[in-house]
Amino acid sequence: MQILQYTLRRLLYLLPVIFGVSFVIFILFNVVLGDPTPILLGKNATLKQIEELRHQLGLDRSWLMQYLDVVKSAFTFDFGISWSTKQKISDIIISRAYPSLTLTLPAFVISTTFSILISLFVAYYRGRGIDTFVRVLCIALMSISSLVYILFFQWFFAFHLEWFEISGYEPGFPDFLAYTTLPGIIWIVLSIGPDVRFFRTVMLDEIYQDYVRTARAKGLREVTILLKHVLRNALVPIITYVVIQIPFLILGALLLESFFGIPGLGGVILEAINSSDFPVIKAFAILTSIVYIVFNLITDVLYAVVDPRIKLH
Amino acid sequence: MKKESLWGEALKKIVKDKISLFSLIVVLVYTIIAILVSLGVIVGDWHQTVGPNYAPPSSDFIFGTDFLGRDVFKKVIYGVQVAMSVGFISSMISIPIGVVLGATAGYFGGVVDEIIVWFYTTFSSIPTIMLLISISFILEKGITSVYIALGLTTWVHLCRLVRGEVIKHKNRDYVQAVTAIGGGHARKLFRHIIPNVFHVVIINASLQFQVAIKSEVILSYLGLGVQEQPSWGKMINDAKQELTSGYWWQLAFATLAMFLIVLAFNILGDALRDALDPKLKGKES
Repeated sequence: MQILQYTLRRLLYLLPVIFGVSFVIFILFNVVLGDPTPILLGKNATLKQIEELRHQLGLDRSWLMQYLDVVKSAFTFDFGISWSTKQKISDIIISRAYPSLTLTLPAFVISTTFSILISLFVAYYRGRGIDTFVRVLCIALMSISSLVYILFFQWFFAFHLEWFEISGYEPGFPDFLAYTTLPGIIWIVLSIGPDVRFFRTVMLDEIYQDYVRTARAKGLREVTILLKHVLRNALVPIITYVVIQIPFLILGALLLESFFGIPGLGGVILEAINSSDFPVIKAFAILTSIVYIVFNLITDVLYAVVDPRIKLH
Repeated sequence: MKKESLWGEALKKIVKDKISLFSLIVVLVYTIIAILVSLGVIVGDWHQTVGPNYAPPSSDFIFGTDFLGRDVFKKVIYGVQVAMSVGFISSMISIPIGVVLGATAGYFGGVVDEIIVWFYTTFSSIPTIMLLISISFILEKGITSVYIALGLTTWVHLCRLVRGEVIKHKNRDYVQAVTAIGGGHARKLFRHIIPNVFHVVIINASLQFQVAIKSEVILSYLGLGVQEQPSWGKMINDAKQELTSGYWWQLAFATLAMFLIVLAFNILGDALRDALDPKLKGKES
């Protein structure tokens, strides 16, 4: 009951944030961007054509009405029509989400599990050679541009060794695996650096707590302490870190998709950038923000479920 | 007195540790190169054709040449200036916003705090990559947009940190002492509290530099970045066509140049945090 009340209160608190996000996007796309009609119609458009188009796009209405349109789209997910493909943007998003998720979801689950295991391992050997080695390796991995990993892995494994398809996509399991495995591996390599670094810190924070000393004094084995006590207590920051990343899975792996020709959401954004398709970019800005806000709320609620010490008001 | 000893001690700690000292030297060398390039002292002639197309690294061209026969070494050096300026100018945009908003929110509390917290929650709710793309897409393509986009996306984290620190400091004895001798809000905030929490800004800046440098590469790939000058992002991007023909040097040397400075900022950021703020150790990022 308390959880329900808490959730409802947090939901109410989301409203001002949604209004705020809509306002930032409205300022960027409706005020700063100005009049997009010359881009759409070219230089030789007649005044009448411009007027008509402005009316069609709702640009002749007051700024307040235009702002309310943005707010409305944040709730209804009705983002209008793409300028370049003339399709409904919400339809495009739904149809292109599937390829994105077949790439990012498995990669995300595998890389998170891997990273937690590695950080448990180095937490066990904390302060010794292997721990230092992993720490330095993480920083080194993080210091290379993601673009370089993609270029190199694609060139080496797909082009040079011909182990994987260079690019393309086929829907349906297991057909897509031939195309998503290599980008998935790159995703894992990219995430392991920051993930292990974060999880290791979280676990080391717990390892020096009094309760761990007590457990050790009771004569528990170090492995039992790590798995039963440390991991459990480290769960709160780990959950936050993991859940907060989920919205980015929906966004798709922008660069990976474009390099490997996977027709996902990342590709939609790239096409929109190349064809100056403002409504699509705007839709993605709104959509990803809303998803982010919602997942933030889920994290907060999970927090309260996992850790009873967190006060519910 | 305490402030000086804190910074002095921090510097001593960093110089003592070989890896941190190395990172500090890398940052200084890159900074000097960036200043020299900005002043036009070196590599002003990067755009000249100096040899055949795609000459591999040799004693004539230590990093080889690109598709127009330009010296890759000069382009890499020019890239130092682009990368450092992206880090520096975007920090110059985000630091004032982050510090002023964060300090005001933390110090005054109440409604002011709530409004500012709402403001940064709003900004942090828009995924950084989408905000970056939107801003640089709307503004005219070029390096100025990259500065502004990065500046406007990175202040949030700093604002949150500064706010937290100011809240911790505002009721401390030294601030009350200033009240006792008749110091007003402005004096307390700007002369006393902010200098005492400024280490947060420095630590954050060293992390922000590497984020900025990495983002420039991504934006350049998306065609939203630097247009007329050579940058590491553009060089890495060129490699997309070059690798299959075996022209590896642009990719390799741009990556190496970037790797060194990002690694240095990463290590330096950690070292600064350990030295200046032991309590924060490992909590952030």
